[in-house]
This record gives sequence, structure tokens and C-alpha cells, in this order.
Amino acid sequence: MLQFLIRRIAYMIPTVFLVSVVTFAIIQLPPGDYLDTLAAELADAGGLDEGTRQALADQYGLGQPIWVQYLKWMRGILFHWDFGISFEKNVPVNDLIWDRLGWTFAISILTLLFIWMTALPIGIYSAVKKYSVGDYVATFFGFIGLAVPNFLLALVMMYVAFKYFGQSVGGLVSPEYIDQPWTWDKVVDLLKHIWMPIVVVGTSGAAALIRIMRANLLDELYRPYVVTARAKGMSEFQLLMRYPVRVALNPFVSTIGWILPTLVSGEIIVAVVMNLPTTGPLLLRALLVQDMYLAGSLILIVSLLTVLGTLISDLLLAWIDPRIRYQ
Amino acid sequence: MTPLTPMPSDAILKPTHLPLVEIRDLRTHFFTDDGVVKAVEGVDLDVHANRTLCILGESGCGKSIMARSMLRIVDSPGRIVDGSITYRAADGRTVDLAKARLGSKELRGIRGQDIAMIFQEPMSSLGPITKIGKQITETLLLHRKITKAEAKEIAIEMLNKVGIPNPAERYEAYPFELSGGMRQRAMIAMALSCEPRLLIADEPTTALDVTTQAQILDLIAELKDELAMGVMLITHDLGVVAEVAEDVAVMYMGRVVEKGDVYSIFENPQHPYTQALLKSVPRIGGERRRRLPAIRGMVPHPLARPSGCPFRTRCDHAMAGVCDVEVPELTEVGGSQVACFLHDTEVANG
Amino acid sequence: MSAIDHSPAAIADAPAAPILLGPWALMWRKFKRHRIAYASLWLVGFIYVLALFGNFFAPQAHDETNRRGIFVPPQAIQFIHRAEDGSARLQLHVDALRMKVDQATMRRSYEAREGEIIPLGFFVKGHPYQLLGFIKADRHFFGPKNPDDVAYFLGSDRLGRDILSRIIIGTQISMSIGLVGVAVSLVIGVSLGGISGYYGGWIDNVIQRVIEFLRSIPTIPLWMGLAAAIPLGWPPLRTYFIVTLIVSMIGWTSLAREVRGKFLSLRNEDFITAARLDGLSDWEVIRKHMVPSFSSHIIASLTLAVPLMILAETSLSFLGIGLQPPIVSWGTLLKEAQNVRTIIEAPWLLIAPGTMIVIAVLALNFLGDGLRDAADPHAQ
Ligand SMILES: Nc1ncnc2c1ncn2[C@@H]1O[C@H](COP(=O)(O)OP(=O)(O)OP(=O)(O)O)[C@@H](O)[C@H]1O
Ligand SMILES: [Mg+2]
Repeated sequence: MLQFLIRRIAYMIPTVFLVSVVTFAIIQLPPGDYLDTLAAELADAGGLDEGTRQALADQYGLGQPIWVQYLKWMRGILFHWDFGISFEKNVPVNDLIWDRLGWTFAISILTLLFIWMTALPIGIYSAVKKYSVGDYVATFFGFIGLAVPNFLLALVMMYVAFKYFGQSVGGLVSPEYIDQPWTWDKVVDLLKHIWMPIVVVGTSGAAALIRIMRANLLDELYRPYVVTARAKGMSEFQLLMRYPVRVALNPFVSTIGWILPTLVSGEIIVAVVMNLPTTGPLLLRALLVQDMYLAGSLILIVSLLTVLGTLISDLLLAWIDPRIRYQ
Repeated sequence: MTPLTPMPSDAILKPTHLPLVEIRDLRTHFFTDDGVVKAVEGVDLDVHANRTLCILGESGCGKSIMARSMLRIVDSPGRIVDGSITYRAADGRTVDLAKARLGSKELRGIRGQDIAMIFQEPMSSLGPITKIGKQITETLLLHRKITKAEAKEIAIEMLNKVGIPNPAERYEAYPFELSGGMRQRAMIAMALSCEPRLLIADEPTTALDVTTQAQILDLIAELKDELAMGVMLITHDLGVVAEVAEDVAVMYMGRVVEKGDVYSIFENPQHPYTQALLKSVPRIGGERRRRLPAIRGMVPHPLARPSGCPFRTRCDHAMAGVCDVEVPELTEVGGSQVACFLHDTEVANG
Repeated sequence: MSAIDHSPAAIADAPAAPILLGPWALMWRKFKRHRIAYASLWLVGFIYVLALFGNFFAPQAHDETNRRGIFVPPQAIQFIHRAEDGSARLQLHVDALRMKVDQATMRRSYEAREGEIIPLGFFVKGHPYQLLGFIKADRHFFGPKNPDDVAYFLGSDRLGRDILSRIIIGTQISMSIGLVGVAVSLVIGVSLGGISGYYGGWIDNVIQRVIEFLRSIPTIPLWMGLAAAIPLGWPPLRTYFIVTLIVSMIGWTSLAREVRGKFLSLRNEDFITAARLDGLSDWEVIRKHMVPSFSSHIIASLTLAVPLMILAETSLSFLGIGLQPPIVSWGTLLKEAQNVRTIIEAPWLLIAPGTMIVIAVLALNFLGDGLRDAADPHAQ
């Protein structure tokens, strides 16, 4: 197991390196840089004078070869835990991102739990009672869940919440609680809000997992070993849980690997629509104004944390499935 | 293998006490999209305690489905549509397994505890990610009121008995860590852990090499004597039949066409199908281990059962106007029962 | 051993076995039994026809603005027209509308004009367009009989443009992005997956790592980064192709995995070994023996990839970093419904394109699912 762990972590290193390079390449892609954006914005006020421009360029190392900029950025992160500075807000990236990243991952992980709690039982039910009314209902909602894009669902739910329940829309807490210290009331208010992004982000994942679980289990349900267990005299529920479900669970667990990135993706886009204080709106804004260190840091950290999540899911899988562990 | 030596005469005689299982007119059909496959179509059979019954027949003739029907583990779209399977419990009560409600306590109590089964595919019949030991103790804990530690003790002893070296270590092994032969032994240990009264073994040795085959068959025979259980052994191997069987039933297209004790069948086969099957065995005591020989023509498609006697399309003695009209019933001829109009006195007399 | 007798007499007596069907015919038969999938096939076909002849089906010019028709709610089509003298006759029509502005609240509302209607008909004359891009025409499938009238069957937007027409025109972009993206995925996925699975070894390793890498980073931030790099000034066509490329970047990985898996399992099959022993080259083996044995699976996977790409495009355009107006796609249409206030004032801006997306994606999913089930020989 330890060997497996070491091997998996070793595999991660090139991935992490690639992620950082790709991230940096992406934020460098747009022609021009933040100074151009700034100049354009200040055009009415007479533009950016050459002296200021030069000072700023020197300060941020703009205009140097890309790989020098990359190395500078990386050195800052690795040795000083310094992700650079947000051009637009003129504060260190560190001051802006961690709260928001925290919320993004909190929502993503809560969503994962939500997905598991719904997909597992429904998927099992659907497979065991294949072609029953319940299976058709689950399948139907599964398809709908997959077909409705996250942002559309978010809009619809906001519309419904506003129109029929008069609930304040957007954000994680009601406006009056923003910037207030945490109190019991604020927590309750948070719970009233946070379920919506969780459900919105989780629906398509849950729909996908229901179908995966159903298909996995259907694959296993008619295997000889299930008949063996039945011939032993076990009750249907007992043998279902001890044999086919356990086996079907493996591919199911391995889905965390890819579902986590989609959840983070979904959270980002839903956050934009619902105006949540998470990574999404910040990233979108940073990309649009070419606030490159901010955008790059966000993409980098979100990707890294996702890679880490995938690693955890792999370890979990090896823990459940002896066949993988012993390879 | 040792040649068959004549057994003491009382062993050949039919046992006088009541059979363990009586199958009467059993019909198990598969309702597929293409039509109804009559996998078992009117089987009559008795299984006795402390005797080994061998079921013979070509691939696809319904042996496995018949055996599975006895435990009610036929997968859909298969269903028992008619007939009875009367099981006589140790206390003399009888249960009709064919009518028992699926999932009922009664049926579950019989499965694994009274009737145990070893399956055709040793590779896939064990749960893939559950330890061998757990799979054995599970059965024990299900049917007996014992502690986990006791169950473990019994399981290890059982693994030892079926000839698995290092049983205490193997107890913790996963199926994929064992060879095919070891897995089959583990299956047997699992099946026998509750000391069943009837063991159904569906081609338990097909996937194994000859030496392992012999060992496993010896093992089953040994355990049969020790526990005085009935054994129903499904096989294609005439050598095996000659060696271990006391009773033989020959099946063709879902029906028993001939049954009797091993001597009557081997020395004096009555049904043309049995005769054809045995043709390659020149005489008893000669060469043994032989696969079923080819028989003229092909088995008809399961969806296209011939009218009347199902074997008539391949039979050299088929009588037009007789064999294609009615299905022959089993009748007593000599030491065995045969389903063939050649032996039907009414037909023979005209 | 008795010899097997092939004399006709022996066989003629046996009832004939059912006729065996070829693999494609079997698949088709299985597919047709999946009724929802079969209906979806027709629906998808219909949507693509709608896209192909978009101008013909759109009652109005999709970019024609109308200051007197801002945020008109969907108008109901009526069948019976009652004239002033009380006589009634069958006449498809919608009410002619008059805009009223409440001076105090500045809210717009519309009311029917007494006695005035806009008659509707099939194959009516309307604005001129080029069918399929090169045939001059001015007939429209359905719309107001008088080319100067406008009818908003699904309402209008903030510039008085007809939502229905915009959705129909948007179908062209949204549905074709799926197809083009899938074509790109197909080429990359099948070639890389094939190479990976057929040759194995270090090539396989590298490709697998790349795929793992691509799959482990969240798509939306990646797409956002890439899409944000598209200069706003680019011509629409170029933006369209770049967005398609970005969207298909993820799609090919799953296809490549699937193809690789198939190759791996097929590589050791007897019929492949036999073909190789026959002296066929690698390429011939792949083309003649391997690809046919899993092309049905590929078709199913591709069908399932189309809706994913459609959703991706929609999401990006919705965020404002994918396709940009004046390109009309379902995503850019939904962008008009970005905030709750607009939705409350004009819910049709959300409902109409949203429904269209859901229908198209659902149909494609059902279709792909049906194909996959039909392609799987083990599924019942
Ligand atoms: N799930 C099923 N659906 C349809 N028909 C089935 C199914 N399972 C078995 N059959 C049919 O039942 C018949 C009997 O099958 P069975 O498995 O009992 O044969 P068998 O005698 O055990 O053969 P073998 O010696 O090869 O094990 C076969 O003709 C087969 O086509
Ligand atoms: Mg069998």
C-alpha cells in the first residue's frame, strides 16, 4: 500500500508541473497585457504616461521573455508562498483568493456528499428494480439532470425562489449578514442559501452517477458469484449489499476522480450566475481584464487541488479493491 | 483409473427408503424475445441420500437448468412453469421447492444448509473482492447459531479437509490469489461447510487438469461417504460416471430419456440415444475416460423442438406415425426406465 | 466415433432454425425496440433539418429590430376570427398589438387592438434570404400573410427581435458546434486511442498520462482561460472554429480511452492474430478487422459526446467568453437572460431557448443511449 502511495505521488509531480506551465501559457495567451488594458481604460483620462508605464512594467517584470516571467512567478510561489499581485486591485493575490477558494471547495465537497447520498441508493434501486416505475422515474430525472446546463438550472431556481418564495437571490447569506461576525442566525441563513448551489451543481453529477451505478450493478447482478451467494441461502438484500454492490462500488469510487473537476467547474459557473463569494466571479473578472497573476493563481490552485482530490480517490479505491492494491 | 469391479449386490439394489428429492414433471422455460425456450420439459427424477446420481447429456440439454430449478436460482427470463420438486427434510416434513415462495425463509433455510451446490465456473463463482474465509464463514453464520471464532475454526478445518495447504493463511486470501483448482476446492469447502444432505455438483471439474479432476472427484466421494449425503453430479465425462456413479440419468432436450443404476445403463442401454452415447466405450472395464462421442446430425435449435419424441430427428429407429406424434413416457424396462416407443409394449405389439 | 451425417434426409426432417441476422441488422432491430431512442432519432433529424433550412422556418429576420415591439410576451395563435358583424370564420391569426407605456412607472404593456388582427398562413412571402446560403428565396414556412406585419410566437427581446426566429437561427450554430466538435474529437480520439492501444509500450504510457492530465484539470477554468484569450475583434467564423476546438479538447479523451480499451482487448483475440498471420499490415488489420468490430460503440459514444459539446458552448457563450454577438447561438440568446430582474420581466427569454437546449440535449442523449444499448451484444 505504501509503495502504491509513493508511486501515485511520484506520478503527480509531472502533472503538477504541466499544470503550472499550461496555466501560465494560458494566461499569457491574450495579445497584450494588463498595462494595455489599463491604458485602454485610462484612455479618456489622457492615457497612461510613459514613465508610469515603465515603472509598472519593471515592477511586474512585464516585457521580459515569458520563461523568465514564469520562473519568477514560480520562485515566488515555491519559496515565498507569493502568488504575485493583482494588477487591478493592487493587492497581493494571497489576500484575495483563499476565502473564495475555501468556499469553492466547501461547496464542491458538500456537493460531492449530496451526489453520493442521492446517487447510491437511487442507482441501486434502479438496477435491482430494472424497468419498474421507479426506475423509469429515476432514469427520466437522470436524463433531465444531464440535459439541463448548470447555469440554466441556477437561473430557473433563482427565478422560482424569487417569484414564488420571495427569497433573496444570490449570495451565500442575506445582504444584511454580509461582513457580520458569525452568529447562529447567520449560520441558519447560510444553510438557507447554500443548498441551492449544492443542488444546482450536484444535479448533473448525481444524474450521471445514478446511471453509472445502475449500469455497474446491472453488470454484476447476473454474475455467477451472485448466484453462489443466493444458493448459500442469503437474503436478497444481504447478498446484494455484500457482493454485487461492493464490486459495483469500485468503478463508482473511481468516478470521484473525474467528478471533482466537473464539480469545481460547475461551481465556478454557478457562482457567476448566483453571485456567490467564491472563485467563479473573481476568475471571470480577472480573465476579462487580463489580471494575469490573479487568474493564473486561481486556475493553478483549483487545478492542483483537483489533482489532489483525484489522488485521494485513487487511494480510496485501492483501499476498497484488493485487486488494485496487489497489482 | 481402476476398472469397475462388480459391487456387492446390496449396493446395486434400489434403496428402500424414500428419496431425498422427488422431481415430477418439472418444466422450466425461458421466455425470451425470440420465443419460449423449453430448457427443462417434463423431468422425472429421484435423488437418494448416500448415493451418487450422475446426469449425462449433451451440452445444452438442460442439466444445469434442472439443477438450478431445484434451488430456485434460475435467472430470468427463466421460470418453473409446471411440476413439483418435493424435498424431504431430516425431520420427515416435505417441501415442494417448485412452489416455495422466492425469498421465503423456508427456501433460504434449505439453500446452503440442506442442499448445497458447486457451480460450473470455478473462476467466477466466488465473490471477487471478498476473502475466501469470509465467504465460507458467512454460510455458517447464516445457518447456525455459532460465534465468529467458531465459524472461523470450522472454515479452516474445512479448507484443510478439501486439501488446501496452509488453510489458516488461505483463509485470508482473495479468490484472485488462488489457482483454479484451489478455487474449486474453496467452493467445495464452502458448499460442504454446513454438511448439507444433498450436494449438487455441476461439472465441478470441467475447467481443471486431469490430476486435479481426479483429486476433486475423490474428495467429493470421500465426503459423501463421511456425511452420508446424496450427490447429484452433472458431467460429460463417461469415465467419471463409470467411476463414481451409483445411479445415472441421461437427458436429451430437457427430458430424461433413460435412468437407472449404473450397471443397467452401461451394460444394457435401452434408449437409442444412450446407446449412441456409449458406443465409444467398447465394454465395461475397457478404456474409460472418453468424451461424449458425436451423434448423427445436430441437436435441433431449442426454439424448434421436433414434435413427438425430441430425439426422432437423429434416431436410426424412428418410426413414422409413432415417434413424431406423441412424446414417449418413461417405462420400466429391465433394470432401468426408458422413454422410447421401441420399448413401449403397446406400440411394439402394434 | 460415429461420423456426422450430412445427408439431406437427416436434416430435412428437422424444423428450420430461426434465420440469423447480420450484426447491423440485429443492432437496428434492437435499437428500434428502444422506443424513446427511436423517437429521438426522428427528433434529432428534425432539429438538424430545422437548422439546415433555418431561414425558411424562421418567420422573421432574426436580427430585425422593432422599437414598437420591445419585450412582447409570446402571442397565442388563434383559430377562429369573429368579425364585427358577429360572423365567425376559420382564420389563423394573432392579435394586432398596441404598446402602452405607463408614464408613472415607465412600464410597458401591450393590449390587443379592437377588431384588428394579423392573419397567418403557411408558405407566406416574407423577408428575402438565401436558402442553404445560395438559393434566393422569400417564402417562409409559417408567418404573417402580410410581410409588413410581425408576430412574436415566443415573444421578443429588448430590441424587439423575434425570439422564435433567433432560436431557429441559433440552432444552426449550436447544433453544428456539436457535430464539428465531435468530428474533431473523432479524429484525435480514434488515432491517439488506436495508437495507444495497438502499440502499447511507452507511446501508450505518454498518451495515457496526457489524457489523465487533461481530465484532472477542471474544464471550465481551463476553457475560460482559453476562451478569454480570443480577441473580441476576430471575425465570427474564426471565433466559431476556435470555440469549437476548445470545446472538443476534452471530448476526445474519453473516446481515446474507449478506443484504447477496445484495441487492447481485441489485440489478443484469435481472429486478429489470424489476420496478422495472413500477412496483413498493421493498418489493414486495424481498418479491416478492428475498426468494424467496434464502430458501433464509437458511433454511440460520439452521439453521447454531441450534447456535451453543445452544453459547453452554451455555457461559455453564456459567460460572455465564447461566441459573441452578432453570432446567434442558444448560449448567446441565454446571455440576454442573465439577471433575475430581466427574467422576471420577460421569462420567455429564459424559458424558450432553455427548453430548446434541454430538448435537443435530451434527444441526443436518448439517441446515444439507445445506440449504445443496441451496440452491446450482451445487453438484453
Ligand atoms: N438465460 C437464458 N435465456 C434463454 N435460454 C437459456 C438461458 N439459459 C439457458 N438457456 C437454454 O436452456 C437450455 C439448457 O441450458 P443448460 O445450461 O441447462 O445446458 P447444460 O445441459 O447445462 O449444458 P452444458 O453441458 O453446456 O453446461 C439451453 O438450450 C439454453 O439455450
Ligand atoms: Mg451446464
